[in-house]
Amino acid sequence: MDVLVPLPVALPLLAAAVLAAVGTFLPAWFGDLVAAVVSVAVTAIGVVLLTRTGRHDLVYWFGGWRPSHGVALGIAFDVDGAGAALGAVAGLLMAASVAFSWRYFDETGPLFHVLLLVFLGAVEGFALSGDLFNLFVFLELMTVAAIALTGYGDEPAPLQGALNFGIVNGFGAFFLLFGIGLLYGRTGALNLAQIGRSLAGGRADGLVLVGFLLVTAGFLVKAGVVPFHFWLADAYAVAPAPVCVLYSGVMSDLGLNAVAKVYWPVFSGPLAAHATALRAILVTLGVVSALLGGAMAFLQRDLKRMLAFVTIGQIGIGLVGIGLLTARSLAGTTLYVVSDGLVRGSLLLVVGVLIRRIRSCDELNARGGGLPVSGVLFAVGGLAIAGLPPVGSFFGRALIEDGATGGYRWLPVVLTAASILSGGALLRAAGRIYLGWGSDREPVLGEEQASPEQEEPAHPPRGSLVVMLASAAALLVVGVGMAAWPGLPGKAVTAAVRTIDRPAHAAEVLEGKPPPHERASAPAPSGTSIAAGLASAAGAVGLALLALFGGLEALARRPVLRLKALHSGIVTDYVTWLTAGIAALGAAFVLALR
Amino acid sequence: MSYLPYALAVWLLVVGLYGVVTSRHLVHLVVCLTVAQSSTYVLLLAVGYRKHATAPIFKGIPLGTKATDPVVQALTLTDVVVSVTVLALLLAVAVQVYVREGTLDPDEIPAVRG
Repeated sequence: MDVLVPLPVALPLLAAAVLAAVGTFLPAWFGDLVAAVVSVAVTAIGVVLLTRTGRHDLVYWFGGWRPSHGVALGIAFDVDGAGAALGAVAGLLMAASVAFSWRYFDETGPLFHVLLLVFLGAVEGFALSGDLFNLFVFLELMTVAAIALTGYGDEPAPLQGALNFGIVNGFGAFFLLFGIGLLYGRTGALNLAQIGRSLAGGRADGLVLVGFLLVTAGFLVKAGVVPFHFWLADAYAVAPAPVCVLYSGVMSDLGLNAVAKVYWPVFSGPLAAHATALRAILVTLGVVSALLGGAMAFLQRDLKRMLAFVTIGQIGIGLVGIGLLTARSLAGTTLYVVSDGLVRGSLLLVVGVLIRRIRSCDELNARGGGLPVSGVLFAVGGLAIAGLPPVGSFFGRALIEDGATGGYRWLPVVLTAASILSGGALLRAAGRIYLGWGSDREPVLGEEQASPEQEEPAHPPRGSLVVMLASAAALLVVGVGMAAWPGLPGKAVTAAVRTIDRPAHAAEVLEGKPPPHERASAPAPSGTSIAAGLASAAGAVGLALLALFGGLEALARRPVLRLKALHSGIVTDYVTWLTAGIAALGAAFVLALR
Repeated sequence: MSYLPYALAVWLLVVGLYGVVTSRHLVHLVVCLTVAQSSTYVLLLAVGYRKHATAPIFKGIPLGTKATDPVVQALTLTDVVVSVTVLALLLAVAVQVYVREGTLDPDEIPAVRG
């Protein structure tokens, strides 16, 4: 029993309650201070938990309600390597975001920090929980805090993004809860390991399939996987930059991680016979997301919206790693989303600096208007997104690509293409904004989004810029430099091997039996994946230069315009896509898993 | 065991979805969302229901009396709280949309797109 385990949830929620009660009577810096101290503490606890999960999970039963004779009645937090890592990343992103917003907003009421803290508490709970219903509760708490944070600020644009966010995510959560209800009806359990043990003996009948479909779809909505991604681009485009950092860096990653976190302990038993078909479905979803996210990112002029589509593309690559259903590819996804999440967070903060200076994050309007220092950060971030060896995310992608054997040998090519599109979009924007290359008219990219505040450009004091750029640089250094941690890929694979060993994991959670300690090793990246990484980076630079100096008129074709028009911004359309997506996924399950 | 409550739950979910998809008014849309969510209440309670069973209050009744499942009732209560929070927030956003844009038609609210 480890007393540290509940603290990442308890600390932010308690601090939020106290701050909500007394914040209005205290000076503004008090909120900044509380949020900063709590997020640094949560980061530190996350790192400590991560170092303790090397040999076994940390299982914490609230109120001491331990399972008796293998039957869990209590509610558990089950901290594995991926959960602890994502929890630490969430704390770090929050700390950077708080430091950044200290100088970003002209004025924030105390409620901004209250909302941030509630969001952090929900994120931590979601990352650490080992109980299916608690996953739903923390998911909803995340959504509720996020709706309010998306709408934070007084420009007219945020409202539509906040509405789309709330309604689409609301439906995602209902589907999840519906699935939970069905699984509880079958097994009488809510603990993940307990449900899994109860289902393991049976076969994959209709109820298990529908339960799996609904639960997975609920998480995929949160992760922003095509065709459930529409809300995400709208919400990011309108939320304040320091808030986007938390969405992009950790919320989407957690949604994705939850798919693996639930699949392996719960469904891997009854669905084991259908692994081939399931692999095909999940990899297809991931590939479509990766390519569509990259392509849409390339067609954006609003930088925050561009980064939203970059997120969708990168999450797609992560889903491919989960969908391959092997320990190595799962470890690859964990490394990939953690490293990439930090880089995306850093890029969003750099965009925030731009907004603070020239009151716009429009690629064409901001041509030649960026600070050189930000330009360096942005370009490094763009190359990291493309996966240039040996940055942090490269090792993750290499594990995913090298895990693609058998009929999936084509995957490195597709993932390279997706990375070229995402990286190329970011480098194109970097070239135009920070070097002034290219033209400031590109009709293909459409009208300017989310009209900026009609204000004169502000000239924030030097001190503010230093604080803002330092928080961005810190995230970038951690995200890119993760690769320097010796043996990190091996540790990730060891953790993933434990995750996918369902019977041993169930015995660990329900009977407290220590898992067999196998130290797995990660193979060094193969020549193919190094070549894929180099090709992605070179391709991204080439694509950016081509776009800057060749123009984008060649893209003004009907399919491209149709694709852009699909992202209509109307919430009723998005719910239609959500329904159609779940129906299609269900049909694929029925056909493939018969 | 009766299939009726399960059929009702699915029906509520589908009707709520249909209402949201065809909605031309944000308040109507948010209420339809709540209708869809109430399907989960029905489902959860149906899962825990047992015929000829008493409420799960074990004071003053003989040991071994059949009772309905208290866990799903707790889940439903949590679900209701969550639902009310989301409903209140979305309605507040809808009010703000009307104040700023003078319309509540989802198709006419200025939006980021493309």
